[in-house]
Amino acid sequence: MSTAPRLTALDAVHRSLGATMTDFAGWDMPLRYASERDEHNAVRTKAGLFDLSHMGEITVTGPAAADFLNFALVGNIGSIGVGRARYTMIVAEDGGILDDLIVYRLGAAEAPEYMVVANASNAQVVLDALTARADTFDVEVRDDRDAYALLAVQGPESPGILKSLTDADLDGLKYYAGLPGTVAGVSALIARTGYTGEDGFELFVSPGDAEKLWGALMEAGTPVGMVPAGLSCRDTLRLEAGMPLYGHELTAELTPFDAGLGRVVKFEKTSQSETFVGRAALTAAAERAETAPPRKLVGLIAEGRRVPRAGFSVVADGKVIGEVTSGAPSPTLGKPIAMAYVDAEHAAPGTEGVGVDIRGTHEPYEVVALPFYKRQK
Amino acid sequence: MSNPQQLRYSKEHEWLSATEDGVATVGITEHAANALGDVVFAQLPEVGDTVTAGESCGELESTKSVSDLYAPVTGEVVAANQDVVDDPSLVNSAPFEGGWLFKVRISGEPDDLMSADEYTAFTAG
Repeated sequence: MSTAPRLTALDAVHRSLGATMTDFAGWDMPLRYASERDEHNAVRTKAGLFDLSHMGEITVTGPAAADFLNFALVGNIGSIGVGRARYTMIVAEDGGILDDLIVYRLGAAEAPEYMVVANASNAQVVLDALTARADTFDVEVRDDRDAYALLAVQGPESPGILKSLTDADLDGLKYYAGLPGTVAGVSALIARTGYTGEDGFELFVSPGDAEKLWGALMEAGTPVGMVPAGLSCRDTLRLEAGMPLYGHELTAELTPFDAGLGRVVKFEKTSQSETFVGRAALTAAAERAETAPPRKLVGLIAEGRRVPRAGFSVVADGKVIGEVTSGAPSPTLGKPIAMAYVDAEHAAPGTEGVGVDIRGTHEPYEVVALPFYKRQK
Repeated sequence: MSNPQQLRYSKEHEWLSATEDGVATVGITEHAANALGDVVFAQLPEVGDTVTAGESCGELESTKSVSDLYAPVTGEVVAANQDVVDDPSLVNSAPFEGGWLFKVRISGEPDDLMSADEYTAFTAG
């Protein structure tokens, strides 16, 4: 197998824009085009255009599709309405998180169809797990990673930009929904499931249409301040929005309950069978979380200017009380911020005396509730 | 990007100005600034500190990472650029000018500092 990084359908566009590229989960992706801070601020105040073609799409069809996904994932997939989407997870038998996912229900009851979108770094693991778990179900699990390019327009100007290019009913498209439509003459699945804390849209299209759509979006968006935006600002945007990232806040060593996301686990499902992979382990994890609260995911805001990074220790009274999972300077707050798992007794917002060990110095931090940033609606 | 001809360069991507009365100005190159991304925090050596060629004398923190700042020469620090401490983005916007980092009275320098052309070749490789 070749170890050369994979290129998205927009690779030539990124290079013509002078993007700084980076290897991400085996893909050569744009990290930033110019200043990541400018890109971040554009998404918060106007709009940004992202290439997210590295995300992993897996299509599940067949009469038993809903029952199968209820078995394979922790959520209640059978209750998703047509044209809606749901945030869910796939876990191992021991309850450890294999990935967090968005599942779109595309087909109605007579032709059940779901699209499962996995993180790039986990797409193969998810595909393998779904394929293995499909054994006894009347379903087809299809690897559609090469079938889609994925563009995202995020930011307050994004509805206006998209409305100028489509007849689709965007006002009727709620957060966490997706519908097929045509954008700039290109067939697309239009979704509203953003990861930046802003309103915005994801457009799943054929790779052959990606450049045309990018061009049309730039033409419509540039006059209102939209800029191409890379993975670097995507990370600071999602961090400000308090959204977990696999490999940081979510890992195979944590169950959804340990990650504070036990609400995504549905023990009661709309299937005849309520068995699902990881059920026994998650039942135990839920009980454990009741009796002995696990470390909690909190926000930390720096009083100084040194930036906490993933893996740094959170300290209080000279003792380690937790660990930073993501940290970065926040363009919106103008201060370094972090997400961290900390012992429950230090997790309350305003807890005094909490610091982060930054290369040997204990820098003071304020404990706050997540998210750091919430858009005005 | 072009590297000013009148400067000399280290393998750690610092530039060093010509010496006047034994004092030279130090900064990081545009190549290094671009690689770092937006610099958000600069910890510079303080006036009176002795820095040693090739050894860490400060930190430059960017959105994604923190990098050590190395001294290209040995000597005593005689000035640190407070403008950069106040506005670290100067390192990105004007790495060879307003984004200079510190001035040092040179007492010793390594023999592997590069000319602009050598440094351009070094970063191209």
